[in-house]
Amino acid sequence: MASRTPARPKSPHLFAGFMKLHYAWGPHMLVSILHRATGTVMATVGTVMLVWWLGALAAGADAYATFLDAFTTSAGHLNVVGWIVGVGLSWAFFTHMLNGIRHLVMDAGAAFELKRNKMFSLAVLVGGVLLTVLFWLYQGIK
Amino acid sequence: MGSGTSIGRVRGLGSAKEGAHHWWRQRVTAGSNLFLMLWFVISMARQPAFDYASVRMWLSSAWVAVPMILLVASVFWHFRLGLQVVIEDYEHDERRVAALLALNFFTVGTAAVAIFAILKVAFGAAA
Ligand code: HEM
Repeated sequence: MASRTPARPKSPHLFAGFMKLHYAWGPHMLVSILHRATGTVMATVGTVMLVWWLGALAAGADAYATFLDAFTTSAGHLNVVGWIVGVGLSWAFFTHMLNGIRHLVMDAGAAFELKRNKMFSLAVLVGGVLLTVLFWLYQGIK
Repeated sequence: MGSGTSIGRVRGLGSAKEGAHHWWRQRVTAGSNLFLMLWFVISMARQPAFDYASVRMWLSSAWVAVPMILLVASVFWHFRLGLQVVIEDYEHDERRVAALLALNFFTVGTAAVAIFAILKVAFGAAA
């Protein structure tokens, strides 16, 4: 038999020995699982929020006041829950949207080169945060 | 059997007789989501106020109610397809069937409430 190759590829088990990763985490992996997480959160929490909001609008002023009360202070500003849900859902949307566009580009067969793929994933992560900040800044200054 | 070429006759005919549809509809609704959700997010950002009267007035315009209904159709269909994949990845056997049924009830139920609410406001029915 020929000599054994010293560095044979290993199966991607998460841990070997004490918490050892066989592979390095990269932005493409983060963006991949975030797509699932953001999509699922929007589909559940986001849907309930949208339906509650629309239903309250249709049901009348009292129901709408109950909806607003859950997310705002008596002075009309967002409360803690309002901030968490608002920033959370808007960030989830922008990140999912940008990564969705990345998906469509990759479906066309483009952007699979290691370097470009990494840059694209990083752009999704940074862009998602950036658009969220811009959205809320605009709310603040308009 | 049609009379086309042999590849034409078997194309798309896996054992399930279909399969690419789910994937394709996820892409089509991704495209329509992109336009409709961007419209919605920009509308929200530009909303002058979120009190009852202002938001109701906004929603009662046909130029808002119709895109909102399209948004519900597109987004809800998209997440219905998306969550199906998530469920199929993590649930098996009876639990999978139960979860998929629950997903269908959830999607259709919430979509019906959302569309009814939009129409009610748009047609000017009293609260
Ligand atoms: C700008 C709008 C959007 C675009 C471009 C987009 C794009 C996509 C694409 C391309 C996929 C398929 C990913 C894959 O095959 O792995 C996907 C999956 C998904 N999307 Fe969206 N999407 C958008 C908005 C939304 C919204 C508003 C929701 C929820 C309310 C949502 C929920 C989901 C879910 C649950 C999945 C399945 C995730 C998974 O399989 O891991 N998407 N999206």
